[in-house]
Amino acid sequence: MSSTSDNTPVIRITPPGKWEVIDFQELKDYRDLFFFLVWRDIKVLYAQTIMGFAWAILNPLVQIIIFSIIFGKVAKLDTDGIPYLLFSTVAIIPWSYMSEAMSRSSQSLVSGQGMLGKVYFPRLIFPITPILAKLVDFSISLVLLLAVMLYYRIAPTWNLLLLPFLVVLMMSVPAGIGFWLSALSIRFRDVKFAMPFVIRMLIYSAPILYTASSIPDGYRFFYSLNPIVAVIEGYRACLLGTPIPWEFILPGTVVSALLLVSGAIYFRKLERVFVDVI
Amino acid sequence: MSNDTIAVNVEEVSKVYRLGVKEQSSEHMVQMLWGFVRSPLQNFRKYRALYTFDDIDLDGKEQSDDILWALRDISFKVNKGDVVGIIGGNGAGKSTLLKILSRITPPTRGNVSIHGRVSSLLEVGTGFHPELTGRENVFLNGTILGMRRKEVARKFDEIVAFSDVEKFLDTPVKRYSSGMRVRLAFAVAAHLEPEILIVDEVLAVGDAAFQQKCMNKMQDVGKEGRTVLFVSHNMPAVTSLCDRVVWLDHGRKVAEGPAQEIVGKYLLEGVETTAHRVWKDPSSAPGGEFARLCEVRVVSESGEIVGHCDIQEPIGLQMEYEVLKGGEVMLPHFRLRNDNGVLVFVTLDHDPEWYQRPRPAGRYVSTAWIPGNLLNEGPHFVECNLMTRHPDIPQFHLADVVSFAVTGSMAPGTARGDWPGRLKGIVSPALEWRTEFSEG
Repeated sequence: MSSTSDNTPVIRITPPGKWEVIDFQELKDYRDLFFFLVWRDIKVLYAQTIMGFAWAILNPLVQIIIFSIIFGKVAKLDTDGIPYLLFSTVAIIPWSYMSEAMSRSSQSLVSGQGMLGKVYFPRLIFPITPILAKLVDFSISLVLLLAVMLYYRIAPTWNLLLLPFLVVLMMSVPAGIGFWLSALSIRFRDVKFAMPFVIRMLIYSAPILYTASSIPDGYRFFYSLNPIVAVIEGYRACLLGTPIPWEFILPGTVVSALLLVSGAIYFRKLERVFVDVI
Repeated sequence: MSNDTIAVNVEEVSKVYRLGVKEQSSEHMVQMLWGFVRSPLQNFRKYRALYTFDDIDLDGKEQSDDILWALRDISFKVNKGDVVGIIGGNGAGKSTLLKILSRITPPTRGNVSIHGRVSSLLEVGTGFHPELTGRENVFLNGTILGMRRKEVARKFDEIVAFSDVEKFLDTPVKRYSSGMRVRLAFAVAAHLEPEILIVDEVLAVGDAAFQQKCMNKMQDVGKEGRTVLFVSHNMPAVTSLCDRVVWLDHGRKVAEGPAQEIVGKYLLEGVETTAHRVWKDPSSAPGGEFARLCEVRVVSESGEIVGHCDIQEPIGLQMEYEVLKGGEVMLPHFRLRNDNGVLVFVTLDHDPEWYQRPRPAGRYVSTAWIPGNLLNEGPHFVECNLMTRHPDIPQFHLADVVSFAVTGSMAPGTARGDWPGRLKGIVSPALEWRTEFSEG
């Protein structure tokens, strides 16, 4: 019998305060829970609606139409020769994903506080769940993107090979922000009030409705530090076959990696006291 | 060396909470405006203070008013296979201790190590989503409680059978009655198979029949040789489920030991009297012209002095006295009161040997045996009297001279049948029951 005790897991519970690294093994042990929480988010999202998953298309569609009328037809913004509808669709679809994943992820701990106080599992599961669950909406809305591209007869180029990398980058931005803000919002509910308006502002921080080339040269570097710029410009180049803007993608990738790592560290530092500050 | 046998080791665990910090009130307009400007900074400090205690000397003599020690230097060990109960009044720190053991909140100081796969059950139905069906919620809740998907799938039929909601498995849980929801949730919880199970008082849910089912399930878990930590207010449940008990009061450990003994002490908490009183000095002993009291004891069947007994065991009230002047008929008698001060019974000596017979001078020990299965659980207080007959002259008369606690049991053969809750009433006799059955 004593030989079996060698592999008994030992849990040590100590006072908080130490910096801790992410326990990937533990996250792996909880993968079934991960799966069910993501699946719950997906399943519950459009429960008791008539349109169901069509909402995943309708939402960006309405935005695209409105922006195309206002900025394309009325204000006649310059888009480097790309039809405005195509120009904005390519950007708004990843942006919808990022903005929704960001706001859900930031609120994940506050909305999950019932579970937080009653059961233990790796707390990082909370902010990561919406990042994964929202990918379903994103995939569905790609149908819309495909339709617009077909309409303008855009042929795929070798740039499309960049897509998997862009999807990862697109997920890491809201994940990094989600780690930071979910940990902050459990302490300060200000985040909840700031979030909608920050997201409304952020849409103007990246070349979603206008071109990146309209930014004066002197400010380009600061502009490129915004990882959302990298994602949006990356998607345009990848789907429309324009030259790949490495000057945006490289700094954006570095910043988003920094955001992700620092967010995860901050989250881990605070996660043990979450329950005491709810 | 003995590490192989320890399942949970709690070492000097303390938990400090900060109570609400008083808001400053402003006396005039300028102060108010200044306060408004400064408030973000103050709020920041206030929220940060909730979990940092750097500014306070926790060991200092002067304790700040806004500090609450939910737990203070708690240490105990739980061996593998033990079923340990945690008891205590409201605010004793039981729930905080469970939350620390479940890794929901960290201790402020001290360490805990847990050896083995652990599941904690602080609530039934954690993570239940009203929009999901019963089937979906079983899987979700099962994985939240730490089961693997395969494990849930394997036990699925058992869980459903236990819950009695087969017909509604594909209905969203929001359409369930609250009873059905609880049954389904408990069914999932009951099929957890960790090495160490931490349970809060989740038994206090559902209807009587379901409570009983849960109780039986809990008993099975204990018998399977798993380590269980169980917090409860239900003393009969604690004494019958647990081997050992840890008693907490205001964050401190009061006592730890065998379940019977500690529950007995807990029930007698605040009671000054004990199971034994002796008057060594005859001059100060209570007594009259004819007799004097020496000792009063509460004894078990084997003659040991005991402060508590199981509801099924007989217990003896014993007085030792000296008859100073022989030739009188003596009548020793006891009165028994419960903790509400209600008189349970009066019993007078009717030993045939001394019936109406004058007693010679000397030392006597008279014992009144209370049979098992008569008294209800709880503390009892003994009044000890002796008087002469013809004429009736009281010799001594002492109220609440000794006390003892009767602890309940879930074992078969008591008045409670298999009902888990507290039984009302002054006594709790296991009467003879017969039920006749005729077909049609």
